Amino acid sequence: MKTFKLMGHEIIEKIKEREIKIEEIIQLYLERIEKTDKLLHSYTHLSKESALEKARSFDRALNEGKSIGKLYGSPLSIKGCICVKDSPTTCGSKILEGYRPPYNATVLERLVEKEGAICIGRTNMDEFAMGGSTENSCYGPTKNPWDLECVPGGSSGGSGACIAAGQSIFALGSDTGGSVRSPAAYCGIVGLKPTYGRVSRYGLVSYANSLEQIGPMARCVRDCALLLEIMAGYDELDSTTVNEKVDAYTESLNNSIENKVLGVPKEFFGEGINNEVKDSVNKSIDILQGLGAKTIEVSFPHLEYTIPTYYLIAMSEASSNLARFDGLRYGKMSENLTGDVFEVFSRTRGEKFGAEVRRRIMLGSYALSAGYYDMFYIKALKVRTLIKNDFQEAYKKCDAIVCPTMPTTAFKIGELVDDPLQMYMMDVLTCPVNLAGLTALSIPCGFDGNGLPIGFQIIGNYFDEKGILNIGYLLEQELQIYKKIAPLNEGN
Amino acid sequence: MPNNDGVMIGLEIHTQLTALKSKLFCSCSSDYRGSAPNTFTCPTCLGLPGAMPVINKKAIEFATRLALALKCDINERFFFFRKNYYYPDLPRGFQITMYNKAGGKAFADGGIVPIRIKDKVKEIKLNRIHLEEDPGRLVHEGSISKSPYTRVDYNRSGTTLIEIVSEPDMSSPEEAREFLKQLLAIIQYTGICDTNLEGAFRVDANISVKGYERSEVKNINSIKEVESALAYEEKRQKLAIKEGRELIQETRHWDGQKTIGLRNKEFEADYKYFPEQDLVPIEIDKSYIEKVEKELPEMPKERKERYQKKYQLSEFDSEVLVLDKTIADFFEEGIKSEKTFGPQEYKLYCNWLMNDISGWLNDNNKRINETNLKPKQVVELIRSIKEGKITGKIAKTFVGEMMKGTAISEIIKKSGKEAISDITVLEDICKQVIEENPKIVEDCRKKPKAKQGLVGKVMAKTKGQADPKITREILDKLLKELGIN
Repeated sequence: MKTFKLMGHEIIEKIKEREIKIEEIIQLYLERIEKTDKLLHSYTHLSKESALEKARSFDRALNEGKSIGKLYGSPLSIKGCICVKDSPTTCGSKILEGYRPPYNATVLERLVEKEGAICIGRTNMDEFAMGGSTENSCYGPTKNPWDLECVPGGSSGGSGACIAAGQSIFALGSDTGGSVRSPAAYCGIVGLKPTYGRVSRYGLVSYANSLEQIGPMARCVRDCALLLEIMAGYDELDSTTVNEKVDAYTESLNNSIENKVLGVPKEFFGEGINNEVKDSVNKSIDILQGLGAKTIEVSFPHLEYTIPTYYLIAMSEASSNLARFDGLRYGKMSENLTGDVFEVFSRTRGEKFGAEVRRRIMLGSYALSAGYYDMFYIKALKVRTLIKNDFQEAYKKCDAIVCPTMPTTAFKIGELVDDPLQMYMMDVLTCPVNLAGLTALSIPCGFDGNGLPIGFQIIGNYFDEKGILNIGYLLEQELQIYKKIAPLNEGN
Repeated sequence: MPNNDGVMIGLEIHTQLTALKSKLFCSCSSDYRGSAPNTFTCPTCLGLPGAMPVINKKAIEFATRLALALKCDINERFFFFRKNYYYPDLPRGFQITMYNKAGGKAFADGGIVPIRIKDKVKEIKLNRIHLEEDPGRLVHEGSISKSPYTRVDYNRSGTTLIEIVSEPDMSSPEEAREFLKQLLAIIQYTGICDTNLEGAFRVDANISVKGYERSEVKNINSIKEVESALAYEEKRQKLAIKEGRELIQETRHWDGQKTIGLRNKEFEADYKYFPEQDLVPIEIDKSYIEKVEKELPEMPKERKERYQKKYQLSEFDSEVLVLDKTIADFFEEGIKSEKTFGPQEYKLYCNWLMNDISGWLNDNNKRINETNLKPKQVVELIRSIKEGKITGKIAKTFVGEMMKGTAISEIIKKSGKEAISDITVLEDICKQVIEENPKIVEDCRKKPKAKQGLVGKVMAKTKGQADPKITREILDKLLKELGIN
């Protein structure tokens, strides 16, 4: 039985009905990883022994009639920047080599400790989530399961690839400027970026803390809804979480979208957006209209300022967030300890951070410096407000906004490595959502001529995860492409 | 000596909220003194990746209390900033603090601390107060120069500081001293900080001669040292001006003898202040402030006024007495325990506390609640003098023994120094004294004040045990017999 072709909620049903043991499931996925990860490199660390041990103890508990939580021991793969107690949490960086946090992120407490998911491994990522291709990892790049010469998107590329390749059921990513949605689009899976404040960031290693959220990644909308239902909600350890009711997302997927108004922003279909992507997205919009939704055109006059605004804010915050990494308390120091504390600290950072991280720290420090602060950071905050206002104007007229997730399909590994600006442009359709703090879902809506997946983005108003999951689910059921698994040369 | 007219002094005081049970942004205990290194820590105060700060609401209440006591204007809405700099005791690479520039606001603006200088009241204005976290501590075994390592103890990391910034309103080191005395008294009365704990308050002192650059002497730990450092700086700056040397704006270190210029990077550092996004803005509404105000404990000023009114102490006595809350509490407990006491005894009680007992405490570097002295003992002492059991002079020699908690009756018995009030005994001694001192007796004919000389001689003969009142009466009688009035 090729169980890895099943969806998460289907597997959970089978476990619940005792048709299959949790240990078998975990074993199956570990074998799949064993066979395929040499090609893909989705994972940086696996926790085989502890996962199997946990599976066995869950099986025993079920035999004894005990409850083990809603996720029934299903495998969960976690991005390398989310703290898992005693598990290597290295953010794809040499500076955190060997670091095992003494505590769990809140999402881990909820998904694993409370609802019984089993963490099977840590997924690859761009160093400190800085990148959109998973090429900036000290462990080397992850490959796209649909074409091993292509990137899987990023920065949560490992999480995207592992789901697309059937190496796991559920995965967590983090989305600062599109880092969940980009790999979801490029790998043909579903990924959701929650409203800022919907999911606790406690235990997420900060890159740009005013922009990011932890998001669920899975093969289908229902599985994402299931994870979000558990992850979301107020956390006393994160003051930016909002004490707002968490909807029963899995129970409102099948609602009618008759007369719902979808905003179509013309700027999101403009220059630089690949035609095949546009066509595929437009086809999906037609499908939604067929389901009774109406469409109107909405406008984002400030879209062209999105990239500079996003990068100014993200880099400024990053320069401060990454100041703590000096190898003194955790991680690795330079071998060369000559000189005073400032010299050793600088040398450690120079040696252990990759080029992209160093670039962003330097640019961010510059933007925050005395004399430049008003010119850059404060100005960026003002533009951020304008972008928020654009969205608020749009939501006066529509219920959700639909557009492509990425301007193109996955590009070749190495293709944009030497062109950081072009790489930054890939975030143009995703990072406005982070600047505004909104929620957005990416679901696969088709393939280009090369067989690479195309992502469809649904952007919802604040705390309207329920609305966009509903739209996504109906579209997914119409398209029926979510059941496809990426063809791998081996181990299928 | 140059005069003080042209000096401007402003102080920045960091006071730890030692009465808080937990740290500013996590639930770790902030009572770290004496604990094993790095045992009072968690992911948040260790700055571990991913850990986040959460505001301690009690800290906001304490800051509100202090702002009210200092008559500051509390801002309705403010947020925290990051002050970015690298030092091994600062685990995040930035300190979470408040900032009144770059769109930020202090916790509260303005405020006033009245001081008394040469019998005149002067109001020292405050600029602002704000909340921030304390970093950890670098620990060197033995001394910095001898220790093979620098160790870091993060127990203090994340404990709460309030920074109080004064206007440059003080015009002499003495004024700075008086300001600190009054300020620390107010802080102590609010109940937010035990200012006597080691490191519970630290002062950065700014001083300049008008028209010249200022220097900042950093991190001074006691009022006395602040005064000495400022006196030294005043002298140094004025000498430099006299000799035509240039003064630069700089940070200096006080080593107990002199100030030393620090050409450190930190002074020129650009802290790249920007808002801390992991904490949400804090809003304080009027009803909250009113609630805290209602619960505000009595402040030194009110207590002083009460002492003047209720106990008929002089303004000066009341002011000095209330300055140290533990002393004032002691006073009140003592006099309340003895119903027969009236204003005369209150004054005596106050004098004993302010003079002999405070003197002993100073000499022994102790606080009154660190001794075994009980308020009742001072009552007993005053009663014993009043009843003529001992003389005031002898009583002064009892202070050391009293501090051990020994009952006054016990001390009297042990010392064998009961006052001599037996008239027949005293009369014999007085007669001897008159015979032995014909010159003083002659003087008494001209000026009655000379009589005191004879009292002194009696005291000397009895080693101070003679009851002075009875002695005087007997001497009067004997002199009268000699025709001297």
